[in-house]
This record gives sequence, C-alpha cells and structure tokens, in this order.
Amino acid sequence: MGLEQKTAQMGVVTTTLEQMVNWARTRSMWPMLFGLACCAIEMMAAQASSYDLSRFGMELMRASPRQSDLMIVAGRVSRKMAPVLRLLYDQMPEPKWVIAMGDCASCGGIFNNYAIVQGVDEVVPVDVYVAGCPPRPEGLIHGILTLHDKVQKEKLTKWA
Amino acid sequence: MVTLREVSVDELRHLVSERALTGETMLLNMGPQHPSTHGVLRLLLELDGEIVVNCIPDVGFLHTGVEKNMEAKTYQKAEVMTDRLDYLNPIGNNLVYCLAVEKLVGLDVPPRAQAIRVILAELTRIASHLLWLGTSSLDLAAMSTFLYTMREREMILDIFEMCSGQRMMTTYVRPGGLWRDVPVEFEAAVRRVLEVMPRRIDEYERLLTTNELFLDRTRGIGVITAEECVQWGISGPVARAAGLKYDLRKVRPYSGYEQYEFDVPTQSDGDVYSRYRVRVEEMRQSLRIIRQALDKLPYGPVRSNNRKFVPPPRSELGVSMEAVIHHFKLWTEGFMAPKESVYAAIESPRGELGVFLEGDGGPKPYRVHYVTPSFANLQIMPLLTRNHFIADVVGIIGSIDIVLGDCDR
Repeated sequence: MGLEQKTAQMGVVTTTLEQMVNWARTRSMWPMLFGLACCAIEMMAAQASSYDLSRFGMELMRASPRQSDLMIVAGRVSRKMAPVLRLLYDQMPEPKWVIAMGDCASCGGIFNNYAIVQGVDEVVPVDVYVAGCPPRPEGLIHGILTLHDKVQKEKLTKWA
Repeated sequence: MVTLREVSVDELRHLVSERALTGETMLLNMGPQHPSTHGVLRLLLELDGEIVVNCIPDVGFLHTGVEKNMEAKTYQKAEVMTDRLDYLNPIGNNLVYCLAVEKLVGLDVPPRAQAIRVILAELTRIASHLLWLGTSSLDLAAMSTFLYTMREREMILDIFEMCSGQRMMTTYVRPGGLWRDVPVEFEAAVRRVLEVMPRRIDEYERLLTTNELFLDRTRGIGVITAEECVQWGISGPVARAAGLKYDLRKVRPYSGYEQYEFDVPTQSDGDVYSRYRVRVEEMRQSLRIIRQALDKLPYGPVRSNNRKFVPPPRSELGVSMEAVIHHFKLWTEGFMAPKESVYAAIESPRGELGVFLEGDGGPKPYRVHYVTPSFANLQIMPLLTRNHFIADVVGIIGSIDIVLGDCDR
C-alpha cells in the first residue's frame, strides 16, 4: 500500500495556511543557473548523478532570473560582475532567497584585494552562507536544507 | 533597482561594422549570465538575421587579481592562489608554478614525486575533459552524457581527496616535491579508474560519435586551419584538431614525460567535431600514461632533501634542533630567491599554460604572470563564429573549452 492510500485513510489533515505555503515553497525551489567560478563546478556536481539535488525538488535550474526562486552565488564576485549580479537579483520575482556559496562569496575568501567584492552581502541580502573553498556538494546541500528550515519558519505577516 | 546606462551604437562603432550603425544588422548581447558561455563570458554579437557577422568577446568579469595578490605572499604561500585560476586543472596550475619556483632556485625533485605529479596531472586532464564533454554536449542538448561524465569525475575527485584532503583545490604539489606521500589506498583507486574508464569512454563515444544529431551540430562548424592556429597563438586540443601536432609533453618534456610512451592525437578538419575527437582520444592517451607511471612508480622520498627550501618532515622536529630552525625560518620568513626571471610551461587540458616568475632577491616574487591558454584561445571566437548560425555559437564556445578563471585571472 502506498503512502497516498494510507494518508487518504487518515481522513482530514489540518494545518495552517502559513505552514502549507511554506512547505510548498521549500519543495519546489528552483535555483538560478548561474555559476561564477570554482564553486559553480561543485554546484554542477551537486546537480549531477552522485548527489542529485532533484531529491529536494531542485533539479530544474532556470537560466532566466524571472523563473527562479533561489540565487546560489557560486564563486567570487568581481567588481565588474557585481552590478550584473544585483541586476539579476532585482529581476527575480518575490519570494526570493540567496545562498552565498563558498568563502569568496561569503567574505572574499583568500582574495582580499582590489578586484573582488568582499562578500556578496555587500550587493544582495544573503540568507545562508556556506563555508568552504569550494564547499563539497554535501556542504551545499546542507546549506540548502538550512534555507528550507528557515523558509519553513517564515511568518504569514512577512510575505511580500 | 540598478540604474542602467543606455549604450548607443555610436559608442560601439570601433567594434562593429558600418552596417550596424545604419541598423541593417542587429547587435545582441550574450552573457555574462548565460548557461552556455561556461562561466561569465560576455559576447557582443552582430547579427544579420540569424547569421553571425561579428562576435566580440568581453572578458574580465571574473578578474580576481591573483597575480597581484601573489606578489604579497612568500613563494610557498602564493601557491594556494594558483589552484583557483583554472579551476578545472588545479594540479596543473600548482605544477607549473612549482616548476617555475624550482627552476628559479635550482631545486631538485625526487623521481617518486615526479611520477606522482604525472599521474595526478593526467587524472586532472581526464577530469577536465570529462567535465568539458558533459557540459559541451549539454549545450548541444545531449543531456545524458553530462550525468555519465560527472559520475566518472567523482571517482577522480575521490582520489584527489584521498591524497590531499580536498576535492578540487588540492595544493598538493609543492616546490621540491609533494605535500606528503600518497596513502596506501592510492594505487588501488587509480587502478580502478584505469579499469573502468576505457569502457566508459567507449560508452560516451557510442552516445555521440556517430549520433546524427550531434554530427549535424558539430561537423564543419567553427573551422580553423593549422596556419591560422599558428598565427593566433592557439595551442592545445584546438590546434591539434586542426592538424598541428604540438604538445609540450613531447616538445619540451617536464616531470619525466619523456619516459612514457603516448601518442599525440590529431585531426585535420579543425571543426567542433575534430576537437571532440581529439579530446576523447586524449583521455585514452592519459590513461596510457597513468598506467605506465603507476607500473614503475619508484619508491623513495617525495620531497627534496634541500632543507633551505623544503620544510623538514614532522618526525625530525622533535629530535633535531637544526630541523626546528629550518622549519621556523621557512614558515616565518620563507626562502630567498635570486634576482632572476624564469619561464616554465606545461601542457594543460586547454593548451600551453606558462608561468613567468621574477624574483627580487627576497622571499616574495617580484612578478608572477600566468600565460593562459583560455585567453589565447578565446581570441579566435570572431574567426570561428563568422557566418555561422547563432545557435552554433554555443557549440563553438564549448568546443574551444575556455575556463574564465584561467582567462581573466
């Protein structure tokens, strides 16, 4: 007997609208297909066969910011790229979240110099920081699950 | 909201043809956020209908200032920066930097370290080509190849992790040898790759080599001749696909490549398909080199005994005062390099990767300059894309296999 039949026999499930909407949002969060540097390779690895992000309903990377909910800033952001990144963020529809993947995106990492933005939070608001240079795919998945937990706790009053 | 400045065609008149100024041809911006530009490359395309009249690459979106940062660090510490340049070829970046440092200060490398360097460099080449094969066929809408190649890539990354503790940014090759010896499981893991990979490469070939759809998208697209390759300074698989038999591992062997038997695969057509064939064949040749190197892997130390440049092993620190002094000197001050300049080059998966290193008598490099194949190979984009359909541009970008970290530095 499948899960569907079992739950159907349970009769009515009561929940709050808040919980249900948040649940739906975490289960089909589409990331933007947007890689910058080394971390993008690990992001691709997380998408591919061994780690398989589709287990979390996230296999569909959208190349267009208009169709995506989550921006994974994978890699170092240069001063030349920062305005482009902000533009992409502005083009994403609400609700939207940002994961800063890797040390460079989180704080500039080992590149403390004239060319690199010292943390992407100077440009866009970041929800979850994932440490590592580059983080392992497991690290990214942990970051994503942390974000899911965060979304699950969002309040109805805060919805845009 | 970001305020955007309107760019008029007039400002671009030095880049585009006369016809664009009158509005006869269209200017189209591709990237920097585009799934098939393999990173953050921006292309300004001038189009006549669907036909590309001109293609102007705009680089620098990933400029990291690595070379400048390296000048502020000692020779050992600057190496950490090199991994992040060409992030698909981290061991190769380490290797060429270490070769340059070793040349500058005159440091010897034990044979075991050299053989392990060769094995890891060739594994990196296979990993890089696997990722290239996956992503570039993904651009041509062959989805399944990507999933297969990434599966095999994980096997190779596991070996790097086993040796160095990191999957990608290993910093495992050090001036004068390696960080440490490989673990005991190393040989079995590499043998497993050697056993599995030939079958898997055949599998990819079955998916693509005679696939009509793949052939239509790749044959006769983005053609370059051998003469043009020489004129533009193109190296690596792009040049070899045009019939130029030039491989630094044969021409100027380093790390003992002269001991191994391998062929330099070439093709004559110089199109996207030839580049695909060359890279697939290169993976097989890399496996051949790894097998030979592993079969006669010598025993012995993996680091030079020259204590002035290489830190002593941990075990000596407790018993030898001299070792403590050397260790302290090396990790606080670093070693002094002469006021000279050297150039070292290796064959990276993308072509000739060189390092120009200049010392100033102190512990830090005066200038480090990377001569990168991605930057050189990107120049030919206008040449390759001219008079092709806009849909073929993605296939051509994929086929020259650029890494923007390598290009912008």
